[in-house]
Amino acid sequence: MSLEKSEVDTISRLAAISVDATEVDQLTAKISNVLDLFQRMEAVDTTNVEPMSHPLDQVQRLREDVVTETDHHKQYQKLAPAAEKGMYLVPQVID
Amino acid sequence: MHTLSVKEMSEKLRNKEITSVALTQHYLDRIDQYDGDLNAYVTVTPELAMEMAKQADDMIAEGKGGLLTGIPVAHKDIFCTLDVKTTCGSKMLDNFIAPYDAKVVEESRKLGMPILGKTNMDEFAMGSSSESSYYGATKNPWDLKAVPGGSSGGSAAVIAAGLAPLATGSDTGGSIRQPASFCGITGIKPTYGAVSRYGMIAYASSFDQGGPMTRSAEESAWMLDVMAGFDERDSTSLEQPKQDYVSTLNNDIKGLKVGVPAEYFEAGLDEGVESNIRAAIAELEKLGAEIVEVSLPNKELAVPAYYVLAPAEASSNLSRFDGVRYGYRCENPTDLNDLYTRSRSEGFGAEVKRRIMVGAYALSAGYYDAYYLKAQKLRRMVRDDFVKAFEQCDVIVGPVAPTPAFNIGEKSDDPVSMYLADLYTIPVNLAGMPAMSVPAGFSNGRPVGLHLVGPYHSEAKLLNVAHQYQQVTNWHQQMPESYQ
Repeated sequence: MSLEKSEVDTISRLAAISVDATEVDQLTAKISNVLDLFQRMEAVDTTNVEPMSHPLDQVQRLREDVVTETDHHKQYQKLAPAAEKGMYLVPQVID
Repeated sequence: MHTLSVKEMSEKLRNKEITSVALTQHYLDRIDQYDGDLNAYVTVTPELAMEMAKQADDMIAEGKGGLLTGIPVAHKDIFCTLDVKTTCGSKMLDNFIAPYDAKVVEESRKLGMPILGKTNMDEFAMGSSSESSYYGATKNPWDLKAVPGGSSGGSAAVIAAGLAPLATGSDTGGSIRQPASFCGITGIKPTYGAVSRYGMIAYASSFDQGGPMTRSAEESAWMLDVMAGFDERDSTSLEQPKQDYVSTLNNDIKGLKVGVPAEYFEAGLDEGVESNIRAAIAELEKLGAEIVEVSLPNKELAVPAYYVLAPAEASSNLSRFDGVRYGYRCENPTDLNDLYTRSRSEGFGAEVKRRIMVGAYALSAGYYDAYYLKAQKLRRMVRDDFVKAFEQCDVIVGPVAPTPAFNIGEKSDDPVSMYLADLYTIPVNLAGMPAMSVPAGFSNGRPVGLHLVGPYHSEAKLLNVAHQYQQVTNWHQQMPESYQ
C-alpha cells in the first residue's frame, strides 16, 4: 500500500515532526513498506476475538487520592531549556 | 579477574581475597583499553564507580549487603541514573542528567553494586542492531564487522568482552534476547510486570520489560533477584510475592516437557543456527527432558501486530519530548508550534521519527479499527497459542533469531527486513511471557542463542533449565580471543 504525499503531510502534522523536502520520497517509501506489512493482518478472521491490551488482563490499580510525591519542581526545572520564577518558558502564545 | 564467575568474585570479596575497589578498577581499566573499538558504553562513570566500590568494601567489612555487594554493574542507558547522563541513545536526551534513579538502579545501588557506566543502545530502544544510537554503532566483540544485536547491544557487548560482570537490559520486542544471542551471553526477559518500569524510559509500555544480561543463567538468577519485585510507582507492576529464582537452579530436569514448535524450523532459518538448536534440544533430552511437538499457528501475525501496537504506544509516549521541560530544544523558535516541531525533528533520529509517524497513522481517525484494534485482536490470538501450547509442555524451545549476527550496515537501509528478523522474539512480548536466550554454539564463528520460553511467572523454571544445560555445556564460558 503506498501512501499519498498528502497523507505524509497529515502524519507529519499529527506527529509534530517535519519532513524535509529531500527526504519525503524515501520516507514515503519506507512507511509504505511498513504499511504493506500491516496488510498481512487483513486476511485473518478476528470475529469474536476480544482486543487485548494487557498480557495478564490486569486493570490499573486504584489508590487513595492522597499526595504521594514531594515537591521537586526546583530540581526538575534545572533541566529545562528555559525556566524562570518556577515557570517553563515558551515562545509567546497570546499577543 | 574478569574471567572469574560472579559467584567466584562474590566468594573472594567475602573472603577478603580481593576488594571491590580492585575489582572495579580492573573493569574500568579494561573499559579504557577496549571500549574505544567496541563503543559499548555511552557514558563511563569512574568516579562514581570507585566511590561506590569503597562503600561496598565497607559494607562487606561490616558483614552487610548481599551476594552481589561489591560486584560492578553496567546499566543500559534507558534506566534513569541519579546525577548521571541518561540518553536512551538519543540526541534528544544528550543533555539529560537524570534527577532520580530507576527502581532497578535504586535496588542495585542499595546493595552496593558499583555503577561502571551506561551502555549504548538503539535510539529509544527502537532497533535490533544498536546502529541507530546517536552515539554511533556498537560492535560485536566476536567480530567487529558484525552488529551486537539490539536494542540492548551495548549491555550484551560489555558482558561478552568482559567490560562488566553484570548488566541490565530491556526487552520490548526481543531487545534482551536477540543481542544476548548475537553476543553469546545469557539474558532473560521476565514476565511482563515482574521488573518495575519506574525510571525506565518508555518505548511501548504494554511490552517494555527490564531484565538481566550476564554470562551464565546462575548470574541472571542472582541479578533478577535484585531487579524484580512489586513497585507501587509502576502502575503495571505485578502485585505478587517475590519469587525465589536461585534455590531451584540445581533441581534436575528429568521429566521436563520441552515443546518444540514445527513453525520455528521453517524456511529462512540459517543451517548453522538450526543444527546448534537441534543439538541443544538433544542435550536437554540427555538431561532427562521429554520432547513434545507443539504448534504456534499464528506466529506469522505477531510481527505485523507488533509493528502497529508498539509504534502506536511510542507515538503517545514520545509526545512528552517537546523541547519545553527537558531534553533538546531547537534554536530560536518562531512560535510554539515551531518549538515543538523543530525540537522533535532535530532531536529524534530517522528510525524513531518513522515509528512515531507510523504510530500516529495507525491511531488516526479512519485507521484505528483497521490497524490498532485489529492488531490488539491478533495479539490475543498469538497469546492464546502459547497458553494452549503450555497445556502440553513446561517450556518451549527454538532459535532466538533466524541467523547469527548480521554485518553492520547490512540491514540498516531496509527497516522491514530488520523487523522480520525478530519473528521468534516478538510473539513472546505480545503474550507477555518470560523467555531467555542461552548460548548454544556458533555458526560461522558467530554465536547462536537457544530460546527458552515459559508460561507466566515461570522465570525460576527457565533459569533452572538454562543452568542445568550450562552444567553440561561450556558455550556460556567462552570469550572472544582478543578480549581474554
